[in-house]
Amino acid sequence: MLDQEETTLTGSGFPAFPMQRGCPFGPPDGYARLREEGPLARVSLFDGRPAWLVTSHELARELFTDERLSSDWTDPAFPVTSPARGALQKHNVMVGMDRPEHSVYRRMVIPHFTVKRMNRMRPRLQEIVDQRMDALLAADPPVDVVEAIAVPVPSIAICELLGVPYQDHDFFETETRKLVIRTSGEIAAAALAELRRYLDELITRTQAEGGEGLIAELVARQLEPGLIDRETLVKLCSIMLTAGHETTANVITLGLLALLEHPDQFAALRADPDLVPDAVEEILRYVSVADIMGRVAAADFVVRGRRIRAGDALFLTNSAINRDPEAFPEPDRFDIRRGPRLHSGFGYGVHQCIGQNLARAELDIVFRALVTRLPETVRPAVPVSEITPKGPAGPQGVLGLPITW
Amino acid sequence: MRIITETERCVGAGQCVLAAPGVFDQHDDGTVLVRTRLPPEDERERVVEAVQRCPSLTITIDEEED
Repeated sequence: MLDQEETTLTGSGFPAFPMQRGCPFGPPDGYARLREEGPLARVSLFDGRPAWLVTSHELARELFTDERLSSDWTDPAFPVTSPARGALQKHNVMVGMDRPEHSVYRRMVIPHFTVKRMNRMRPRLQEIVDQRMDALLAADPPVDVVEAIAVPVPSIAICELLGVPYQDHDFFETETRKLVIRTSGEIAAAALAELRRYLDELITRTQAEGGEGLIAELVARQLEPGLIDRETLVKLCSIMLTAGHETTANVITLGLLALLEHPDQFAALRADPDLVPDAVEEILRYVSVADIMGRVAAADFVVRGRRIRAGDALFLTNSAINRDPEAFPEPDRFDIRRGPRLHSGFGYGVHQCIGQNLARAELDIVFRALVTRLPETVRPAVPVSEITPKGPAGPQGVLGLPITW
Repeated sequence: MRIITETERCVGAGQCVLAAPGVFDQHDDGTVLVRTRLPPEDERERVVEAVQRCPSLTITIDEEED
């Protein structure tokens, strides 16, 4: 018998979630209030469903690795944060699976994302960044950072890694954007169908003609021997292509914006570019582009005085976790020397970002180039209040970042 | 300290290699490769960081054996 009753998820009138960011690189204002409720707050989703929200870094690390929480998108109780997200979650593979199924697909791709292999890509990444910086600096300001460097660098890199022709980038970048900005379920479903049709054709072409890169390897080693079915392979490639450029682009854009808004930090990096690796980790913590990780409880359990019931919705919110003062003293201070190691910018647990070491290599090279080559007079070309953040349910970023000098 | 790894848990995130490159590497299949099971004491801080950063709780330190 329990001495006191634990809080449950019953009730109504909880704050609406997800919340829109005000400052593009800061957490929504409402998170401060939720943190006061304790490590697990209660919120309400667009469809009226209540959900738990984790704001504590320590508890998040426990729950990210707790197998009583499921990532299974096919579970009808898996929570949905927006109609567009609902459409996306119908296309589950890897990200939307639990062990042991998850491990099968993860193991197919991890050989291609090791630290060693990502380091071998660095000379080519440097070339890509140098070309983009040359073009950016040769243009008449204002220049949009998103178009000029933030999207092209990770987009070219993931194309070369996968074996997707970069000449098709307008197509897949546009369709990806439809998935992640505030949009309807119909638009998101149509965009996903387009991306899948495109990758299905690419796989057919690769089967007929061969090719270079990860897709060609997956075709030869997994599809041909029947270790993966065609539809699952298409979904796996689609995740890597979309997440491989969209998320890193957001970190580049929001990271540069954070630096422009903290001129002392920008100056410190300009004076000593070897601070860039630590600065990249701080940027990942501070801007937390992948803000919302959903889970559904697969069992009843009690944690921190809260009674979780099987079927309850739960969200791990990175921009709250990464601003927890218990884990990061003065969490709202942007300090490029902080070099945080245990931030959850790439998530934590078995679903932690598979492309994180590619992203780290890209971010290191891009930020070294930005801080050493942009003129000292660089600044946003419009007031920050006029920069449009992306919608609340998907990866965080801005639609454009014009800079001038 | 002795390093123990449960390779079947490993998800190939490479965090251990970033934290303690003198002690950890990755096999070609992406999973953890321990260069030395009995690292020198001056690697302790980095090994502890590797344990903390590992997203799949694959690595533990056994303090009994030295």
